[in-house]
Amino acid sequence: MAMKPAKDVGRSTRTMSRRAMLLGGVQMSVVAALGGRMQAMQVEQAEDFRLLAEENRINIRLLPPARGLIFDLNGLPIADNEQNYRVVMVREDAGDVDEVLAKLLTIVDIPEETIAKAKEEIFKRSPFVPVTIADRLAWEDMAKININAPALPGIIAEVGLSRVYPWGAELSHVTGYVGPVSDYDLSKIDDQDPLLQIPKFQIGKTGVENKLERTLRGSAGTSQIEVNAIGRVMRELDRVEGEPGKDIQLTIDARLQAYVQARLDGESAGAVVIDLEHGDLRAVASAPTFDPNLFVRGISVKDWTDLNENKYRPLAAKAVQGAYPPGSTFKMVTALAALEDGQIDPEETVWCPGFTEVSGTRFHCWKRGGHGNLNLHESLKQSCDCYYYEVSQRVGIDKIAEMARKLGLGIKHDLPLSAVASGLAPDKDWKTRTRGESWRIGDTVNASIGQGYVLSSPLQLAVMTARIATGRSVTPRIVRAIDGVETASGAGGPLGVNENWLRRVRASMDDVSNHLRGTAYRSRIIADGMQMAGKTGTSQVRRITAEERAAGVTKNEDLPWERRDHALFVDFAPVDNPRFAVAVVVEHGGGGSRAAAPIGRDITLQALYGGPPPLEAYPSGDREQIAEQQERIAEKMASLTTRAAGDRA
Amino acid sequence: MSYLEYNTKYVPTGLRKLIYLNWPLIMLLVAVACTGFLMLYSVAGGSSEPWMSRQMERFAAGLIIMIIVAMVPIWFWRNMAGVAYGVALALLIAVEFVGVERNGSQRWLDLGVMDLQPSELMKITMVMLLAAYYDWLPTNKTSRPFWVLVPVAIILLPTYFVLQQPDLGTSLLLMMGGAAVMFVAGVHWAYFATVISAGVGTVVAVFQSRGQSWQILQDYQYRRIETFLDPSQDPLGAGYHITQAQIAFGSGGWTGRGFMQGTQSRLNFLPEKHTDFIFTTLAEEFGFIGAITLLILYVLIVFFCVASAVTNKDRFAALFTLGVAMTFFLFFAVNMAMVTGLAPVVGVPLPLVSYGGSAMLVLMLAFGVVQSAHVHKPR
Repeated sequence: MAMKPAKDVGRSTRTMSRRAMLLGGVQMSVVAALGGRMQAMQVEQAEDFRLLAEENRINIRLLPPARGLIFDLNGLPIADNEQNYRVVMVREDAGDVDEVLAKLLTIVDIPEETIAKAKEEIFKRSPFVPVTIADRLAWEDMAKININAPALPGIIAEVGLSRVYPWGAELSHVTGYVGPVSDYDLSKIDDQDPLLQIPKFQIGKTGVENKLERTLRGSAGTSQIEVNAIGRVMRELDRVEGEPGKDIQLTIDARLQAYVQARLDGESAGAVVIDLEHGDLRAVASAPTFDPNLFVRGISVKDWTDLNENKYRPLAAKAVQGAYPPGSTFKMVTALAALEDGQIDPEETVWCPGFTEVSGTRFHCWKRGGHGNLNLHESLKQSCDCYYYEVSQRVGIDKIAEMARKLGLGIKHDLPLSAVASGLAPDKDWKTRTRGESWRIGDTVNASIGQGYVLSSPLQLAVMTARIATGRSVTPRIVRAIDGVETASGAGGPLGVNENWLRRVRASMDDVSNHLRGTAYRSRIIADGMQMAGKTGTSQVRRITAEERAAGVTKNEDLPWERRDHALFVDFAPVDNPRFAVAVVVEHGGGGSRAAAPIGRDITLQALYGGPPPLEAYPSGDREQIAEQQERIAEKMASLTTRAAGDRA
Repeated sequence: MSYLEYNTKYVPTGLRKLIYLNWPLIMLLVAVACTGFLMLYSVAGGSSEPWMSRQMERFAAGLIIMIIVAMVPIWFWRNMAGVAYGVALALLIAVEFVGVERNGSQRWLDLGVMDLQPSELMKITMVMLLAAYYDWLPTNKTSRPFWVLVPVAIILLPTYFVLQQPDLGTSLLLMMGGAAVMFVAGVHWAYFATVISAGVGTVVAVFQSRGQSWQILQDYQYRRIETFLDPSQDPLGAGYHITQAQIAFGSGGWTGRGFMQGTQSRLNFLPEKHTDFIFTTLAEEFGFIGAITLLILYVLIVFFCVASAVTNKDRFAALFTLGVAMTFFLFFAVNMAMVTGLAPVVGVPLPLVSYGGSAMLVLMLAFGVVQSAHVHKPR
């Protein structure tokens, strides 16, 4: 290398130093920028970033509480939580998934389809996420899996809780059912409970399960867990236990309810039994019915269609939701309204020629030839229509409606059941308000025998009967206790109706059942001290034209089912010291005395005896047929109680 | 200066050389490396495996290599410059054919004992050759076009191969490091001004042309550039990691969350937490104080190099030392700018702290030569 003049070296060194300094200056400004950035992020915005980091790291996991149980009067579970055994697999622990699944299949029987679906899920999720392979396994399968655990890496047998209704279809209209919460549910209810955000969280959809949802649900516990970037749980930081749902005891007697369901089997009907002491509903039955367990497990499309398209409407709780013209069972209301208003004397007689002419229209009595002269007692006993056509015109509809409401008709009873019907006790004001028409005298005449605009549910009819029987304003209750705390009694205060008039009406109802000419005489009880007092009713669902009447009214049996009359029957028993009131409505069942009264009688006896009554309670002519019927029902109930007991084990 | 000139000056010999080592620089290097060990221990979840122990071995080896290299007279290294560059270039070309591929880029050569990244070696040998070149070139020729083209070729040749790997970060570092050496060597302002304005002009033209009839790039290429420049436009893809890195960085606050208490890094929200993003872990666990301390240590390393260079009358030694200082500066500045979101993510490790063998050894080699320059400084 050539030697360079020293002068040149000095100059180039100076240039270099100068430029190095310049570069140093640039570097310092870069460093200043970096330092400034660090200061901005770590000092000024530190709080924001700290928050973001915490959000990243901490997940709140909900611990679902155990749902409250529902018991019947005697402490039998009617909505229970069942241990649900399931197998889950964690892929990363399993190693060879196919091999482990094949081994699992040799131990327990799991459908091919389920396995295929589970496998798909396993490979879709992160390797550490437990995936359910199959659930609702038998306890034996569970034990087998646990014993073979060493050979089944990654397989865990877990226990969860799921709802089960041991009585199946017998109580479905009371308890309702639970099902996975849907978007529709969320849009409908204003509930901020975070539990509802859990996918497939089970909430009450109908019945008590639905109406007392908040009580039964309890509140969620939380578990604060630290997760890493891919969501794997690292550890639990904090845990707050939730509160399990509260248990509910109903006033329903499951065994009586099962009997009533069995007795109604084959009909489209509703029946209600009230214990008069506290207004406790002992049975609220509707037929046909459905198995609520179908809904818990996720109902199949076919089952759903079958239930929905069935013309006997199994999903409807007819006992409380149904609204039927009460027919002659309403006559007590008209009678009491007239008596209270002083419009009639009980002994005064009215002439029944078979029809009554009111402002040019003929209103017929059910008995074509007429009843002749009869007083209040006879008119109820024989259920003469003309008598009521006459007295109702004297009282007027408003007084009748007032009495109806006093007796529990046309008002909505506050019960935690789905779609409790308010029925209708029409008055002048109602018609003007809803129809824009003025009330006509013909409407009063129709209403006097429970036709026309009057509507009531079996529940309301039972309440009416209970109030007549006791003279108290009995209020139905279905929840006996929540979490061991008894609810207010529905015994009710005095009804505010003259006891003398009530006694008259009760005596007439007694004769309806126990007098040879009473409309329910064929369905009487003969056991001493157990006799019941009742009232039949037959309500038309179609209009009978003058031509048809001239040609002879078509018999119910000859009509298509939908056009037949509703059969109704209400009763209370024992006559002397009433304990129960019963109402039965058989949809399109025909005549009340033939179709509804025997059912009412059987139910009443079952309630009175707290089990199958002795045959001696029945009139001797009926005993053979009743014995057969009792045997049939006993068989059905036996299988039912075994199942209910078996499910609980 | 030639060897003959050195003979006229005082140059320490034998073990006396040890006294003349740039001891403050060594202290600073050890301090920075120890910071690295600490962080590697932390990101491994409180374990010396798999990273810290290996990194310590390498750093120990690096220190020994550095001192050995420092003992060798500086003129030997100047004479070796051409050979070293040639070897590095050959290795770089070899990577094209027999390189090991990782994460979609082919940067490594499998040497049996360790994987070598020739592009790291190239950063130093290129600076070495440029320094030797300007030492040899008479200063009056420095700014002549032909003599400017030669170093440009020296820079662009390896840059081309590194871009092929592809490794955008290293190619940028090569170009900027080379340009810095040319700049301090005294190449005329006008060249830099021309290149810079041409570059800016091109960028402006590319962006201005978008949507015009003379659009230069395809639409998808624009979108790619946009995501590259602003990852927050793609929060779940490219932006996810940089967002998480910034959360980690910012959540450190003044004093940090404590050693091994950084949730972002322990829970794997951070990408590449033991290599390119290790600074975020440090910032998260030791806060602003920790981060700024490391920055100051780095600046001091650069400062001691520059101080050694400007007092050195040997042109090669001075240029090389400045070149290494500049390369080192670019390393940490780009890395820190990247993880704080000031610069796009280009994949540059944090020198001496990030886990990695080649970078560490090559850097220690470079500092060895810097030490040699310091020891053999004509006094």
